[in-house]
Amino acid sequence: MGTPVFSWNLLYDFQLMWSYPFMVNAFRAGAIVAVVAGAVGWFMVLRRQTFAGHTLSVVAFPGAALATLAGFSLSLGYFGFCVAAGLVLALMRRGREPGGSEESAATGVVQAFLLACGYLFMALYKGLLEGPQALLFGSFLGITSGQVATLAVAGLAVLLALTVLGRPLLFASVDPQVAAARGVPVRALSVTFLVLLGVATAEAAQITGALLVFALMVLPAATAQVLTARPGLSLLLTVVLGFAVTWAGLVAAFYWPYPLGFFVTSFAFGLFLLAHVARSTARALERRRDASGAALAGGAA
Amino acid sequence: MNPVVAAEPQHNAEQQDPASAPLPESGAGADLETSGQAAPVLRLRGAAVRVGGRTLWSGVDLEVRAGEFVAVLGPNGVGKSTLVKVLLGIVPAAEGEIRVLGRRPGEAGSRVGYLPQRRSFDPDLRIRGVDVVRMGLDGDRWGVPLPWSRNRREQEQRVDEVIELVGASAYAHRPIGQCSGGEQQRLLIAQALVRRPEVLLLDEPLDSLDLPNQSAVAALIGRICHRENVAVVMVAHDVNPILHHLDRVVYIAEGGAVCGPPSEVVNSETLTRLYRTPVEVLSTQDGRLVVVGQPEAPAVHTDRHTGHHHHGHGDRRAG
Repeated sequence: MGTPVFSWNLLYDFQLMWSYPFMVNAFRAGAIVAVVAGAVGWFMVLRRQTFAGHTLSVVAFPGAALATLAGFSLSLGYFGFCVAAGLVLALMRRGREPGGSEESAATGVVQAFLLACGYLFMALYKGLLEGPQALLFGSFLGITSGQVATLAVAGLAVLLALTVLGRPLLFASVDPQVAAARGVPVRALSVTFLVLLGVATAEAAQITGALLVFALMVLPAATAQVLTARPGLSLLLTVVLGFAVTWAGLVAAFYWPYPLGFFVTSFAFGLFLLAHVARSTARALERRRDASGAALAGGAA
Repeated sequence: MNPVVAAEPQHNAEQQDPASAPLPESGAGADLETSGQAAPVLRLRGAAVRVGGRTLWSGVDLEVRAGEFVAVLGPNGVGKSTLVKVLLGIVPAAEGEIRVLGRRPGEAGSRVGYLPQRRSFDPDLRIRGVDVVRMGLDGDRWGVPLPWSRNRREQEQRVDEVIELVGASAYAHRPIGQCSGGEQQRLLIAQALVRRPEVLLLDEPLDSLDLPNQSAVAALIGRICHRENVAVVMVAHDVNPILHHLDRVVYIAEGGAVCGPPSEVVNSETLTRLYRTPVEVLSTQDGRLVVVGQPEAPAVHTDRHTGHHHHGHGDRRAG
């Protein structure tokens, strides 16, 4: 393609981008991944399992690399490895306090080993691929309709599971002891959540690359939780923010010659900073209002 | 005339007692409603518990009626929390008969409210107090609540009502991690109360609170107990903040236990008999009780930092 120029006329820009089938697929895949990763990421941030999420995302890399080397489907590599790793994490957490979110050093050891395995697989595969870079930092080129369909099916399954499990999962995340006493299957939920986290990570890794999964899993959720403490609203905001940064990232990556992962992560990070600024400003204003209110009351008295 | 009328219900009650005593299986809840004081809400007979092959306590007999406030006292690691877990059905009893609201432990569902030991929420946790209370109401349900359902308003009303009852309205809409220890404890009591339980099991609810908050929360629990007619069983580290609200205490030590009114249990003779070693209970000028000379870490004392550590370990072993 030539060098398209961003016109600031969004309608025209989208018409241009969507005239390329690969861009249509990229936007579709981005939308699915943003929603799924946002929703699962919101629970992950609340449960303080970001290290588990990071481990799963790192595992996505050897999964994809092995798929490339052995010549089986890339999706199978991503989903297979991430879900298996989720189960392994669940197994390693067995016998700990329900809801305890600390991961052992063993998790870190396995993570480092798998990352090294991924690098080996890439080295063994001497083909003319983009190399480890696309797998680690993401790419939106060449997403097929078949891949989009796989993402949609897996994403729908995750969202359905979250709809059914959401309330007890929230209870078990915030207050595991009372939830257990109330008959919520805290351990089973914890295992199920790690599997869901595996699927969501595998999805996100296909867009942002294994190392930048957090752009979609953590940043929107963390931003939303800064802005509001209402669970429903915060979850909705997470999904909207994730969707917005992904699409904005795709637009930017189409028009400017820099990688998608960089754009998505920077936009998400920018919003995170803005949210913090907004909150501290709101607090400062409130404090000043309180102070002046007190001064007025003092003056009246 | 009057004495005859007055004697009548008493006579009835006497007749009912032997009849209802041996019936453990069913109808205790109904008995409670028809004959008021007749059926105990909690009943332990010859109860014993073993954890990891070690008998923590045995031969515990206890009856608690509606509206009674009972404290479980004793040194660290003796199995006080385990008693609460037995009543919840989380830990099985090794011996004896245990009835909670006329059923086996763990079967009374939402009629039993539970406040576990010392939870403090992470300061960054961005969930409001009102949401935490709400979880006590319907957090264990699967699926998503429909925003237009008719129950929703009723449920919101119930949550507001119970928050009002514990006096937490002013901060219930703040993120719970930003509330103080005393504020969090009140919200958690509201969470335990939100389904209108008939029994409230509290595990060290005053631990980690400063002295003014200890007495305020103790008074709140006493008020809920007597005014709402909820039976309260509370594991306590220190009897003093709750002493004036208590109806009965269970003192566990050295594998055994004594139950009775506080003045009959927390005294030198009873504790000396229980520990089989000289123990002295001193009364300070302002009416506080101090237990001196008991083996292991002192249970009724003010040095709660070292005590807490011990307790944590003992509890893990126990639970």
